[in-house]
Amino acid sequence: MKENKLGLSIFCHAVLVFAALLVGLPLYFAFVAGSLSLQEVQQAPFPWVPGAHLIDNAVEAWTTGGFGRSFMNSIIVTVGIVVGKLAISLIAAYAVTYFRFPFRMTAFWLIFVSLMLPVEVRIIPTYEAVADTAGPIRWLLNVVGISGALESLFGYRIDAYLQWNMINSYGGLILPLIASATATFLFRQFFLTVPDELCEAAQLDGAGPIKFFWQILLPLSAANIAALCIIQFVYGWNQYLWPLLFTTDKSMATAILGLKNLIPVNDSVPAWNLAMNAALFVMLPPALIILVMQRWFTKGLVDAGK
Amino acid sequence: MATEFPVTVGGASAPSTKLAGGKRLRFAVPTSENGLKAAHFRNGRLAAALLAPQLLVLLFFFFIPSYKALSLAFVQVDPFGGREIFVGLENFTRLFSSEEYRSSAWITLWFTLIQNVVTIGLAMLFAFATDYVARGKGLYKLVILIPYAIAPVISGILWAFLFNPAVGPLAQLLHSFGIPWDPNRRPFDAQLLVIIASVWKHICYDYIFMVAALLAVPTSLLEASRLDGAGPVRRFFTISLPLIAPTVFFLIVMNFTYGLFETFGIIDAVTKGGPAGSTNILVYKVYQDGFVQLDLGSSAAQSVILMFVAIVFTILQFRGVERKVNYQI
Repeated sequence: MKENKLGLSIFCHAVLVFAALLVGLPLYFAFVAGSLSLQEVQQAPFPWVPGAHLIDNAVEAWTTGGFGRSFMNSIIVTVGIVVGKLAISLIAAYAVTYFRFPFRMTAFWLIFVSLMLPVEVRIIPTYEAVADTAGPIRWLLNVVGISGALESLFGYRIDAYLQWNMINSYGGLILPLIASATATFLFRQFFLTVPDELCEAAQLDGAGPIKFFWQILLPLSAANIAALCIIQFVYGWNQYLWPLLFTTDKSMATAILGLKNLIPVNDSVPAWNLAMNAALFVMLPPALIILVMQRWFTKGLVDAGK
Repeated sequence: MATEFPVTVGGASAPSTKLAGGKRLRFAVPTSENGLKAAHFRNGRLAAALLAPQLLVLLFFFFIPSYKALSLAFVQVDPFGGREIFVGLENFTRLFSSEEYRSSAWITLWFTLIQNVVTIGLAMLFAFATDYVARGKGLYKLVILIPYAIAPVISGILWAFLFNPAVGPLAQLLHSFGIPWDPNRRPFDAQLLVIIASVWKHICYDYIFMVAALLAVPTSLLEASRLDGAGPVRRFFTISLPLIAPTVFFLIVMNFTYGLFETFGIIDAVTKGGPAGSTNILVYKVYQDGFVQLDLGSSAAQSVILMFVAIVFTILQFRGVERKVNYQI
């Protein structure tokens, strides 16, 4: 169904070229700024052509920003989030869709409720939870009275030994971010569309639940898993608020935090060339993944919204 | 919302299957219980083991913190001694009577509204154009998609540079027109800058959904309307737009949650809430009051208010999805 409306066609192309420029120009300017020397980046008419210092700036930004360490941290945290979230949500979704057991709906609702509150609104209490992960266990021991009983038995307080702190640890960076049920719901929705005959056939052939999961359900979910991996990778890599709060130790900073520290503030040297250069290489890993795996990711994102 | 992508629970007992030609067929799966497969296992212990990791993580990092936030909102915490005194609703009354909090709420409302309208409007225009053009669709889509990969903080840094009054190319352009642009001093400039950075980062999200929704509009309807003499623009407004309305509604809700919560990084990178609190949106204020000024009670009360808003938006999101239009004819 194509009609020849040249005017509208030209208008639409103009709109899309505008959209492409809207996205592309800031990135191009960042690229230009990242290739200038400190003097050049401060001169009045901003140049349209890149300078000759792209590599030098990248090397300098990389070393002054400590990106060798922070890229490593970012990779560990991001992979931890991707793998951790996919693993726990796949098996949880499998349990609530494929098993009949008491409190199935209770478990389902407990997971469902967690969709309601984004991490940002429980910043401070979650910070406390990570700063004192063993706190709830101590509290429980005290309430149940085990602590007192043990004290009279052994002569020392057990709860004093239950100090467990996750600040400045990879666990502290990863675990609160996988504490949401979004992925669980996506997999649950997908499992519900898997034909029942598959499970019946597997049961007739004598396959147990674990075999059915590994050999049939998991291969069927490959496309969803791939899409979620991409979405979670971008999500994990781009985290800002959590790392900002949890990593007081500089050696635990992520790449995004390292970049933030490079931005010139009021009275410092306006080294925007280094900041822009760093911005480009920090956004590179997720951008490459999105560009290369675009088809999988858009389908997965839209399916997730259904 | 901190959720990295939206998820629905709608259609628990009526999943849809794709048929040839991209049409969706809805059918009821014969399940005895809601959301349980007809063919299932009865191994309760294994199920518990499979659920345990998810529930444990949720317990420690969701339920306990949420409970703490709720209980902290009703106490006054002494920052040095750490003693907690129950004060009832005082934290809330103090908040609502505070000029600063009301102005922050007001700024947040306007910020999210404008961000929402501009994002949806531009995304719709781009999606319509993408749907209409015959050549270069793939390339345009690919370019418009890029900001999805870019963190809000980086979007903030990019635009802070472009509009930096000393070195930014766009600020230089504005200065050459005689506009005294300076987001470090002029509140309006700062607000504009934050809105631009937020919109730029988020158009791609709305765009992806709208392009997909427009693709799902049945060609038979568009064809019939064309034979009746409607042009492409009229077809868009009378056929496509009503059919993708649920998607638009869903996106409006998602844009609000994005504007309310995820723009934290942009604010922190660009303005830090200033100048004179002119970009101090609610989520940034929670962080400032709690971590910078250590007023834990007030910060917790603010968290509770935001929780309430987040819950309302989540319910709206599910509502919108329930009213999904059926494209079957």
